[in-house]
Amino acid sequence: MSATWWAVILATLGCYAAKIGGHSVPERLLGRPLVREISDALPVALLMALVAVQTFAVGQTLVLDARAAGLAGAVVALLLRAPFLVVVIVAAATAAAFRHLGWAV
Amino acid sequence: MSVAEGHLGSDGATHWREERRAIVVNAIGVGVAVAAYGVSFGAISVTGGLSVLQTQVLSALMFTGGSQFALVGVLIAGGGAISAVATSVMLGFRNAFYALAMAPLLQVRGLRRLAAAQLTIDESTAMAVGRSVEHDGGRAARLAFWATGTSVFVFWNLATLLGALGANALGDPKIWGLDAAIPAGFIALVWPRLNDRRSWTIGLAAAAVALALTPFLRPGVPVLLTSVVAVVAGVLAVGKREES
Repeated sequence: MSATWWAVILATLGCYAAKIGGHSVPERLLGRPLVREISDALPVALLMALVAVQTFAVGQTLVLDARAAGLAGAVVALLLRAPFLVVVIVAAATAAAFRHLGWAV
Repeated sequence: MSVAEGHLGSDGATHWREERRAIVVNAIGVGVAVAAYGVSFGAISVTGGLSVLQTQVLSALMFTGGSQFALVGVLIAGGGAISAVATSVMLGFRNAFYALAMAPLLQVRGLRRLAAAQLTIDESTAMAVGRSVEHDGGRAARLAFWATGTSVFVFWNLATLLGALGANALGDPKIWGLDAAIPAGFIALVWPRLNDRRSWTIGLAAAAVALALTPFLRPGVPVLLTSVVAVVAGVLAVGKREES
């Protein structure tokens, strides 16, 4: 079985374990303030790290390419309260336009 | 609902019928809105090299958008399976806290608990906690949970398939700027959480740490290590509360 399939299966099991765990474990285990605070901060940290890396990295090299223009387009769309699909399309179209016009690779 | 019930408490019954309809309409609305994420997810996953089947398995069985995007994003960026799984599961950890909040409301056992766990996500929890449980013992909140969870599940999976099959026909993702769609998806996912100065500090610190570590570590590992930022933020928050 390929590494991708293993990743799909293991991550799926891990995510389900979190869901069923919350329904099954006693509250005092998960209800501690520190656990709660960390889990509140975790999505913000991981998602923003993903934004940064997926925009400015290729492998282990930092680069500035059309994806940065795409991200800027996405932020403008978010500030204008655009729905998710519009945000993604604006980002893709901005990046594609920058490449097409030769302003970025 | 029986005829007798409707006759006996006609005001209450009419009210409940109206509330029930509003809940179901809301649930369908949330499902339709989420479908947009689903189309993007399907398209990004398949253009990134996952098969249509792998993409669909994620939507049906993992069924938690942020984790699905993270798994696929890290794999596409060449981060390797271990980093991809770890990032994905850490993002899915928040569902444990949603489940903790939903368990006393739902009071389910056995198979129904397994189903409730699978439907415990951002949207179903948000719609359930938005309803007061005082006047009806949680009847409306329970319906909001199940209706929203089911609606999102159906729309999310149909949308994933649509995006996955559509992307197969697109060809080179770079021409369409689809590589820029991945970070755009993440910023759109995190945007509603960036609602105060503290969240911005945590988010920007994590972004800076990830970029600073990128030249020195395997792809995928820098993102994983930003979980330390979350731990520090959590410790500081608890410490501050104990002081005051």
